[in-house]
Amino acid sequence: MHRLSADRRHRVRFTLNGKPVEADAEPRMLLTDFLRHELGQTGTHVGCEHGVCGACTIEIDGVPARACLTLAVQADGATIRTVEGLAPEPGRLSVLQDAFRRHHALQCGFCTAGILMSLDGYLRRHSAPTEAELREFLGGHLCRCTGYTPILAAALDAAKTLREVPAHA
Amino acid sequence: MKPARFDYQRADTLAEVHAALAEYGNDARVMAGGQTLMPMLSMRLARPKLLVDIMHLPELARIEADAKVIRIGAGVRQAELLAWPELAQRQPLLASALPWVGHAQTRSRGTVCGSVAHADPSAELPLAMLALDGSIELSAGRKRRSVTAQDFFTGMMSTARGHDELIEAVSIPTRRAGTGTAFAEFGRRHGDFAIVACAAVVAADRVTLAVGGVGDKPERRDFPALDGGALDDALNAFAWDLDARDDLHATAAYRRELVRRMGRDTIEEARRCIA
Repeated sequence: MHRLSADRRHRVRFTLNGKPVEADAEPRMLLTDFLRHELGQTGTHVGCEHGVCGACTIEIDGVPARACLTLAVQADGATIRTVEGLAPEPGRLSVLQDAFRRHHALQCGFCTAGILMSLDGYLRRHSAPTEAELREFLGGHLCRCTGYTPILAAALDAAKTLREVPAHA
Repeated sequence: MKPARFDYQRADTLAEVHAALAEYGNDARVMAGGQTLMPMLSMRLARPKLLVDIMHLPELARIEADAKVIRIGAGVRQAELLAWPELAQRQPLLASALPWVGHAQTRSRGTVCGSVAHADPSAELPLAMLALDGSIELSAGRKRRSVTAQDFFTGMMSTARGHDELIEAVSIPTRRAGTGTAFAEFGRRHGDFAIVACAAVVAADRVTLAVGGVGDKPERRDFPALDGGALDDALNAFAWDLDARDDLHATAAYRRELVRRMGRDTIEEARRCIA
């Protein structure tokens, strides 16, 4: 039995973008705050804090997840990917990120990290998505700038590039 | 929005879950996928003293099926059930209702039993459970009982679960030969809570229609096989018998009209699916 007491901070360890990380958290600390405040990884954005807007979407153990609907202590032992892990090397964008840049799929950029993390996993699992499938999937995110059309275009373009040169992922 | 303080326990055994629930009662909350509990904690609508995480118990993470029922354990995520290759053939109503639950990004974490436990009046899974004569398996230590969906949902986010009981699984009957099912939902935006949702199960000689989003819990009505004006009259009587509410999304009258129209469409679609 591991009961973590409310009024103490507890060690939380997980794999973040391929590297082991650790820091302390109270049981009530949200994973968003743990990533941003304890680990200094501010790429994950905090929007509504109740799971509606999608800005904080990350990947936990291979599936998309709202970091604001996850406790840091729940993530102990997990494998986590965030937007900081997308670029293959400093100064080079991933295929998906580059498609977002070319299609102007962001303006203020607040929702972008979450949408990129959702789509990155989706395109790995679905190599030839239809526009309708992508629309359905993007329904889990709010963007108030773009009207979604350039996001769809970028996702379709990235899917095509990944089919042609999968090694560039 | 940050949750109030609570202790957190990652359970390694079922006995540990039962002991924690017996000790804390209503001050403990079981945490599965957390997709409805976490917002409630962050908004401080729930302030438990202890959270018991049940997602590390392999015995709860199973989907089991025999000729008669599908048993879905408390750790099974909605996306896992939706991806189960046998789902559409064994119970097509569940396969049609699940894509309406939240978004892909929340179904990946949220559990089937968690949605049943939360008992939101417009939620799809409690509605499907009611339409399909599903049942809920509860356990407290060695005591076990099974409660039908009809008896389990008692009101707005309230259920027949005792404070010391864990929902271990839900059981849903497999589709019977000669029956057809259909699901429909109306909301303003994709992923919103339903203004009205309908689930129909039909056979040659009978019709079951369950509706969600209208009153403070899902409701169902069983009719003989009616057609034309007789079916319209029966749906109208059902709509008026529901305790429909006005809120900022829709008036009670609008909800009743949706029950009449969508109810009929759903029943007709289910009849086309009889196999």
